[in-house]
Amino acid sequence: MEKKTRREFLKEAGTAALGLGWALPLAAAGCAPRGHNIAGSQRQWAMVVDLEKIQDPAVREAAQKACARTHNIPHIPDPQEEIQWIRVESFEHVFEDQIHGAMPPHELERSVLVLCNHCTNPPCVRVCPTQATWKRESDGIVMMDMHRCIGCRYCMAACPYGSRSFNWRDPRPFIETDAEGKFLSDFPTRTRGVVEKCNFCAERLRDGLEPACVEAVREVPGGEGALVFGDLTDPHSEVSHILRETPSRARRVTLGTGPNVFYIG
Amino acid sequence: MLEAAFRGGGRYWALLGFWGLLVALGLGAWGRQFTEGLTVTGMSQDVTWGIYIAQFTFLVGVAASAVMVVLPYYLHNYKVFGRMVILGEGLAIAAVLMCMLFIFVDMGQPTRVANVLLHPTPNSMMFWDMVALGGYLVLNLLIGAVTFDAERREAPPPHWIKPIIVLSIPWAVSIHTVTAFLYSGLEARAFWMTAILAPRFLASAFASGPSLLILLALILRRFTRFDPGEEAIRKLALIVTYAMTVNIFFVGVELFTALYSDMPHHTYPFRYLYLGLHGHDSLVPWMWFGAALTVVCVTLLLVPRTRNDLRLLPFLCAGVILAIWIEKGVGLVITGFVPNPLGRITDYAPTGVEVAVTLGVYGFGFLVLSLLYKIVVNVRERMIPA
Repeated sequence: MEKKTRREFLKEAGTAALGLGWALPLAAAGCAPRGHNIAGSQRQWAMVVDLEKIQDPAVREAAQKACARTHNIPHIPDPQEEIQWIRVESFEHVFEDQIHGAMPPHELERSVLVLCNHCTNPPCVRVCPTQATWKRESDGIVMMDMHRCIGCRYCMAACPYGSRSFNWRDPRPFIETDAEGKFLSDFPTRTRGVVEKCNFCAERLRDGLEPACVEAVREVPGGEGALVFGDLTDPHSEVSHILRETPSRARRVTLGTGPNVFYIG
Repeated sequence: MLEAAFRGGGRYWALLGFWGLLVALGLGAWGRQFTEGLTVTGMSQDVTWGIYIAQFTFLVGVAASAVMVVLPYYLHNYKVFGRMVILGEGLAIAAVLMCMLFIFVDMGQPTRVANVLLHPTPNSMMFWDMVALGGYLVLNLLIGAVTFDAERREAPPPHWIKPIIVLSIPWAVSIHTVTAFLYSGLEARAFWMTAILAPRFLASAFASGPSLLILLALILRRFTRFDPGEEAIRKLALIVTYAMTVNIFFVGVELFTALYSDMPHHTYPFRYLYLGLHGHDSLVPWMWFGAALTVVCVTLLLVPRTRNDLRLLPFLCAGVILAIWIEKGVGLVITGFVPNPLGRITDYAPTGVEVAVTLGVYGFGFLVLSLLYKIVVNVRERMIPA
């Protein structure tokens, strides 16, 4: 008799526990902190890309070259192992959700510079199991800790923009050096097995400088204002002003990631 | 009891030797991957996960499926599974170990694996997966050891183990649910971001896991004096039939939603899988073979006469395992990366190194399984009245 009661109890408890099995991960997901939003950031750095001005290949190259030199980015010939912080893609691929069949080919084939969007709600930060990538509260930059990254590449699966690159091999032999064989910048080189991406030149911002790409395009004739950088939470900043006055777009906004790289022109 | 694992005939040692060879092969290949980096794999900036994560996903299902014998036995007092339960728990232990190894070999910086524990991150599903898998391993080791020890002494298991057994049931469900959440929570990948992924994972797991258990039980029946019982095998076959049928239904639901709505991002992955997309069709033969296999196996499983034919059953089970392996171990992971966020399609095929590492991990898993089953068989054989 007593045995039977216990069995009944076990059955019920088990059924309840089975329900819990579904609920536990759900609860975990629901409780997951989503605090890395714009309200939590004191500032939010943002970039405005002027599509008209970057149609000049010299402007695009200046931006890419400055980025590569500033961050010791390797040049790996195999496109499937290439490390890219800022790259050129065609309009139809970058804004796939904003094109339609009646658009003229020259519109679709326009060159667009793409980089990490330093999202307001970054999926890469949400999925990282070690907080090796995080949203910096002081200025909203999505940072990377190359020493903590375990190379699981979950962030690459989560990024809807393809903004992240993995070091499939040791990048150092592919980094540009000067005549004495020294790297062009003292920005730390990376090891194999970690993920990297654009950091909005966090190290230059600390020294009161603008991102290298923004500075470089200004040097090119006609490149002034091709890339504008500033604080989105400051209504008087140039980026805020431009975005208020000019029609603009951003990539895959319906996903709710809140990209902070904007495109005009 | 444990020493039985190291006493056996020539055939037993040959089996262990074979698994050992695979482990050695895998270790050698992994050594090369460790020194040169993941460049030795077929993965790329576009397809960042490959055969390792796919095998991990498949094997989480195998691990979770132990619940299909544990639940009827402990909750419904279904005595027929009495001799099957320990086999299920042993399989779960081996499968979880393989899962952990597949995650480990996929890491770019394996020496930093402890970072997941040093910097626990509740918002990452990978963190929860690690917690779930680690917990499931401990649960099965504990339950398996305690209940089997009691059985060996022909005594009832201690009372304190009961709540732990009950806990292991939802825990089994949770490991595969969290593994599905790993994928289905990504807004970047339309193919994975579907609410049915977790139910689908569970349905296919409850088909492939018990199928493997049937095969193992049939092997033990054939080569040892230990018989897990014909009725238990038949009942497992029925479970496989139900689970596989439900899985087909779930796949159908998924296909309808994607194809009827005709939204490009939802149709591309299925076109890539079954028709080929812009000339990229390397998975197409796999997928149609898997589909055909599924239809044939389910049809033969649904008919009681063929399902209960113990000579045919191993082939049906092998067919089910292969079909689910194609679904999860080949199609699911790679296709999530097609097309990439910039609309490009990159094909993926594992390299020799990846295949060798994969075989090594499987070799290790089956080595552990062989040792565990040897202990079980040894004790059970002694308990059979001569």
